Amino acid sequence: MKRIGLVGYAQNRIKSDAGSANEVELIMPVVHQVLSDTNLKQEDIDFTCSGSCDYLQGAAFAFVEGLNAIQTYPPIKESHVEMDAAWALYESYLRILSGEAEIALIYGFGKSSPGNLDQIMTLQLDPYYVAPLWPDRVNLAALQANSMLQAGKLLREEMFEAVCAAAQNAKTNPNTLNMIVPTLEEYLASEMISSPLTKFDCAPISDGASAIIIASEAACKKFDLEPVWIEKIGHQVDSGNFGFRDLTLVKPVSELIKKLSLDIQKIDFIETHTQFSHEVVLMAKILNRPIPQINLSGGPLAGNVMMAAGLDAIGHAYKILRDKNSVSALAHASSGPCLQHNLLACLRSHR
Amino acid sequence: MDSFKEKDYFESLISLDYTYTAGAATSRFLEAIAEGKLIGQQCPKCGAVYVPPRGSCPRDGVPTSEEVLLRDKGCIESFTVVHIPIPGNPIEPPFVSAMIRLDGSHISFLHLIQEVPLENIRIGMRVQAVWKPEDEWTTSLENIKWFKPSGEPDVNPESLRFNPK
Amino acid sequence: MNPAAVIGVGQTKYDSKRRDVSMPGLIREAIDKALIQSGVDWEDVDAVILGKAPDMFEGVMMPELFLADSIGAYNKPLLRVHTAGSVGGSTAIMAATHITSGQYKCVLTVSFEKQSESNATWALSPKYPYTPHINAGAGGYFAPYMREYIRRSAAPEHIGWKVAVKDRLNANLNPLAHLQIPNIDLEMVKSTPMLWEPLRYLESCPSSDGACALIIASSDIAKGKNAAWIKGMSVRSEGTLSAGRDEVNPLAGQLCAKDIYNQAGICDPLKEIDCAEIYVPFSWYEPMWLENLGFAEKNKGWMFTDQGRTEISGDIPVNMSGGVLSSNPIGASGMIRFGEAALQVMGEAGNHQVDGAKIAMGHAYGGAAQFFAMWIVAQEI
Repeated sequence: MKRIGLVGYAQNRIKSDAGSANEVELIMPVVHQVLSDTNLKQEDIDFTCSGSCDYLQGAAFAFVEGLNAIQTYPPIKESHVEMDAAWALYESYLRILSGEAEIALIYGFGKSSPGNLDQIMTLQLDPYYVAPLWPDRVNLAALQANSMLQAGKLLREEMFEAVCAAAQNAKTNPNTLNMIVPTLEEYLASEMISSPLTKFDCAPISDGASAIIIASEAACKKFDLEPVWIEKIGHQVDSGNFGFRDLTLVKPVSELIKKLSLDIQKIDFIETHTQFSHEVVLMAKILNRPIPQINLSGGPLAGNVMMAAGLDAIGHAYKILRDKNSVSALAHASSGPCLQHNLLACLRSHR
Repeated sequence: MDSFKEKDYFESLISLDYTYTAGAATSRFLEAIAEGKLIGQQCPKCGAVYVPPRGSCPRDGVPTSEEVLLRDKGCIESFTVVHIPIPGNPIEPPFVSAMIRLDGSHISFLHLIQEVPLENIRIGMRVQAVWKPEDEWTTSLENIKWFKPSGEPDVNPESLRFNPK
Repeated sequence: MNPAAVIGVGQTKYDSKRRDVSMPGLIREAIDKALIQSGVDWEDVDAVILGKAPDMFEGVMMPELFLADSIGAYNKPLLRVHTAGSVGGSTAIMAATHITSGQYKCVLTVSFEKQSESNATWALSPKYPYTPHINAGAGGYFAPYMREYIRRSAAPEHIGWKVAVKDRLNANLNPLAHLQIPNIDLEMVKSTPMLWEPLRYLESCPSSDGACALIIASSDIAKGKNAAWIKGMSVRSEGTLSAGRDEVNPLAGQLCAKDIYNQAGICDPLKEIDCAEIYVPFSWYEPMWLENLGFAEKNKGWMFTDQGRTEISGDIPVNMSGGVLSSNPIGASGMIRFGEAALQVMGEAGNHQVDGAKIAMGHAYGGAAQFFAMWIVAQEI
């Protein structure tokens, strides 16, 4: 099977409010950065794919605006998913495998500051039975956290550990937001937004954009690019019906590990798309890692650009392998309430 | 059972508030128009002047930073006679909405044509902006009420074709 | 590249308001029919690819999540594509890529729109507070370009009406089509109110609810079945406000067509393609796209319509199903074109079948005539 690798990644400095900068102005710098880092031009890119969400931007067809940031003359082969850009990467990966492309540019972007993210996310739910009750993003995550607490699979101390680990790890990533870290006493005493989640447990409102370039082995040779190979990649969705799921598990992740024959123990680094502290704990337990070893980049708790955070997990895993002397990393992307839809990508250094 | 059939749906209203940002480039344009000026931005690669500017040249995928002051005169690149009223807009159909190409710019934008019989409107016709009174100006393209014929000879539509530098 | 073929096409009855079904119900109507025609079952489906246009048409964000169970994606890979009006086409292409990549053997792809659940006119007119609100509806945006086409080609006024009549008469042969106007003629179209000149009411597409599903499979599964082999497929996009764009004859459309002809080994589309389902939401787009796609020379596309060449009995039948002018669930319309093209070469197009159709084209466009998705399907692998 054709080998495909990541060859470039750029992330805009995450802002809690990007102010008057619009999406196009957020996308251009990261696309230029990643093209410049790889010494490629848009003409060398065979396929471009983006991930974004109209409702986040507050207008139908909003994603079309994003395309103005890209060179589209001559007309380009391009597509878009209304999902986290990690899935745009998956789409691009299949295109390269099919032979239709050799190099793909992927970008994801989102501004959460203009709207009320918690309410916007409610619109993902079953419109007949669930959405009219307006459970928001935090309420739903709290359902999962509480299920774990009740089942003895989670301690508040572990959630606190995830918060602290994120803040500590984020110090190495200049693009993250400044995290306020409480003491354990402050944390346990702090007001809950939706039990058991406090403001410290929730990823912050973030604005930003990220871009990645992936290329086939042949393209890497042709353009003298240094890849980090995508060794395995797959995704799977769970039921949209909460009552049908055991919320203390992330079934798609456990099944993907089996389906992709991933040897979790041998993986050096893990970056997860976990937007709440209990999700970090949950993934740590599934992947059998101590909590501080998850998300050396800080992860979404230190900055969570909607529609790009999953792509960022893949990007950070790539960067770690590129810059450090290690062999393999696992990146995880998620979509939907309570980690319903999950993607895993196992990356391997070419050295 | 009949009454059950009658109501097979209910309306569930969704209300979401957003704070929209125009972006740095559009904001510059709106600030300028509040002073009665039309500002485009030029692409450093192909030389195209965009108005209203969005901050990028989609042809080349690069930021447009150089500002170009434009006259409030141009020509009609294309138009249609609209027979459907616009919700919230007092203008009465039939009226003409047209793609206006300001002199010196390379893309057109939508606006209204008035002060001319509908049957006289044609592609290539030169037009002039008609502004609201200065004390009514805000940060909006609506400071221009509409465009009217300038009386000058028509532009050949072929000359509107773009030649990159 | 691994060959891929359509082995099942399913469509709902298109109508202005499908109040008899929920969203999952609407989609399953199409999916179930596609599965039945394909002869495969749920356990054979490796992945599900959903396509639809803006979520504001239904008020449900990222609906693949709540629909996961009902569309058979539970415990499987699931993707959702959104490329505005061309989405049905680009989704079909993304689904086919799953097969051509060699990673999947059989996939289900479905596109839908249940736009009666929200307000389509509102959703089609995104209004930012700092832009003047002058336009209402998609037709108002496209009418100036139709007018420009008429200027360039000196086409007579009645061409648009002829397209409107032809497509609705074709729809009368398609029991699934939304608009059924049995006694439509030029006089009727001409007598309807003008909306945005030159477009009259009956020259415009309706707003419909509906879904279209395809089962696309690898040659292992498709060989021995009645299949439509995908010989060429591609997409092209242009930036909305790119300087130098010709929205009457977009470069992206021209290049996309050349790409698929190249892939399919077609040198003379007019001679070699037996019929086409192309995205014509407003009457004048038939002659405009005939030129854009290389069937007709510049400024001569309208003659094809005038001479009846695009009728089912003509030498280049266009929109035998009634087209977008007869049914337009926006997110699905592109896939309906692709699916109808497949039905033609499978010989399954019922009363609107073109006799002996062996090679057919499916075409979709979206946005400000900036997103294009097209494919060529054939009876033979």
